[in-house]
Amino acid sequence: MDIIQIKNLTKQYDKLTAVDGISFDVKEGEIFGLLGPNGAGKTTTLMMLSTLLKPTSGFASVNGHDVVKQQGLVRNSIGMVFQDPSSDTLLSGYENLKLHALMYNLPLKEINSRIDKVLDLVDLQKRKHDVVKKYSGGMRRRLEIARGLLHSPKVFFLDEPTLGLDPQTRDHIWEYIQNLAKQTKMTIIVTTHYMEEAEKLCNRIAIIDHGKIAALDSPANLKRALGGDKVILKGRIDTETLKKFPFVKKAEVIEGAVHLSVEQAGKNLQELLCSAGDVENVEVHSPDLNDVFLNLTGRAMREEGEASSYIQDITRAT
Amino acid sequence: MIGERTAKVIKGLYALWYREFRVFTREKSRVFSSVALPLFWYFIFGNGVGSMKGNAVDYQHFIFPGFLAMTIIFTGLFAGAYIVWDKKIDFLKEVLITPLSRTTVFFGKAMGSMTDALIQSYFLLAIGIFLGMKYSVSSFLLSMAILFIFAYGLISLGLIIGSFMESPEGYGLISSFVIYPLFLLSGAVYPLDNLPVWMQVLTRIDPATYAVDALRFVILGAKYANMPILLDIAVLLFFDVLMAFVGTWAFKRLRL
Ligand SMILES: Nc1ncnc2c1ncn2[C@@H]1O[C@H](COP(=O)(O)OP(=O)(O)O)[C@@H](O)[C@H]1O
Ligand SMILES: [Mg+2]
Repeated sequence: MDIIQIKNLTKQYDKLTAVDGISFDVKEGEIFGLLGPNGAGKTTTLMMLSTLLKPTSGFASVNGHDVVKQQGLVRNSIGMVFQDPSSDTLLSGYENLKLHALMYNLPLKEINSRIDKVLDLVDLQKRKHDVVKKYSGGMRRRLEIARGLLHSPKVFFLDEPTLGLDPQTRDHIWEYIQNLAKQTKMTIIVTTHYMEEAEKLCNRIAIIDHGKIAALDSPANLKRALGGDKVILKGRIDTETLKKFPFVKKAEVIEGAVHLSVEQAGKNLQELLCSAGDVENVEVHSPDLNDVFLNLTGRAMREEGEASSYIQDITRAT
Repeated sequence: MIGERTAKVIKGLYALWYREFRVFTREKSRVFSSVALPLFWYFIFGNGVGSMKGNAVDYQHFIFPGFLAMTIIFTGLFAGAYIVWDKKIDFLKEVLITPLSRTTVFFGKAMGSMTDALIQSYFLLAIGIFLGMKYSVSSFLLSMAILFIFAYGLISLGLIIGSFMESPEGYGLISSFVIYPLFLLSGAVYPLDNLPVWMQVLTRIDPATYAVDALRFVILGAKYANMPILLDIAVLLFFDVLMAFVGTWAFKRLRL
């Protein structure tokens, strides 16, 4: 039986449907990604799975327990890192962890050794007696990851774990998550709007947009489904002619540029360009998740910060 | 041997209490202002209104129990504001996602804020010695007990209101409509004898009236009290029980 089962899960706020009848299952031991832009419904989904929000309709179970009818059992099975910081800044890192251990009824004798173990995992041992107010954003996130692991949950939810962090801290957090997956049988659910993060960490990804699942597969399969490399042409392009080539699988105009899916672009590019018309700029790349998203929704998934995607580069240049 | 379930509840209550208490002691300005503010008001009222009446010392003695109650009322308000704040800084999420029952969460929070309230009001009670209050051992201990049962009810009230509110601003507005009437209608700063009937009725609805009355009875003597002390205590205890029920209900329906 799958460790998470979701059937037609829906959350309605007044007029807005934040999560719109999603269904999927997650297998034990997977790192599963929920990838989608801001406002897609990722946090709302996690809140329902963790019993903090009551679904409007539909069903979900975690570790075999119904998230509406068996809230206590669900809460015992899960750990959570919230999108927004949720540690008490007036307490030390150690105190935050101690409170968590007590609230989860861990055996008193084990509490300190467990705290040491999770602090080691996120490299916070040295700063454990500082009040959290003195921590950087990255340290605070690491503390909250440690806290979520303290009671050894079966399922670990991380809501945008690297949002707003610098690239170096982000790499560290990825490393912690990957180590965790290797060393334990824990099931990990990560939400993110960073393609790179989803691609790097997850065994399978559900792409979520406007509260609906647009696609669900492994990163490799999602990209493969696009059929070929991406060629983007700018200028006065004769799209109709290009569509006639057998190796051009798809052609569409997005934000003033012609996006083509081309089989074996390396080999066919020259032929393509000869008939393309007045080309000002050519970009070729193998498809990434951004292209997958673009293909599914017709929109680019904008990213914040330094995690530059190809699409962002060209739109900025225009 | 205590059972596993009991151990779980005790650990949970301890954790919730410990957090409130730690935060209280680390916010030095809060500790200071919560004691200094009632004292400040006390002297302003005592000397200002007292001079008008001609006998400042008597009046100061008369209102002293009211200011003990005031520290409790204000901490109750603060307890409610704190839970709204906890929603905002997301610490409440961390508590609500644990396996602790909402009943445990409610009582843990109430115990935490009660500790703050009692430290302050007991401190003021002790300062009363320097302000000319004449306690016996038993009147001092009885005052402590009255403050205790009053603090529990009032803090629960603050938590209940706080649990319904979404923004600190909203809470500030609602709480001033609750806190100031609670204080001003309690007879803390004026005698209740010669009030118009409609105000008499209001003062009788205000639980703080009974706390102030009981404290006057114990600290100043029976002739300063309007009601039998047993009635005062019975009403306060009834209020406590009521708040326990409403409080657990409010926390069960608490949403983020
Ligand atoms: N409490 C709420 N009341 C009304 N609308 C909400 C509430 N919480 C979230 N939403 C809306 O639901 C949608 C999904 O939000 P969310 O799950 O936070 O998205 P994500 O985490 O993917 O960025 C958004 O449009 C958001 O504005
Ligand atoms: Mg979110």
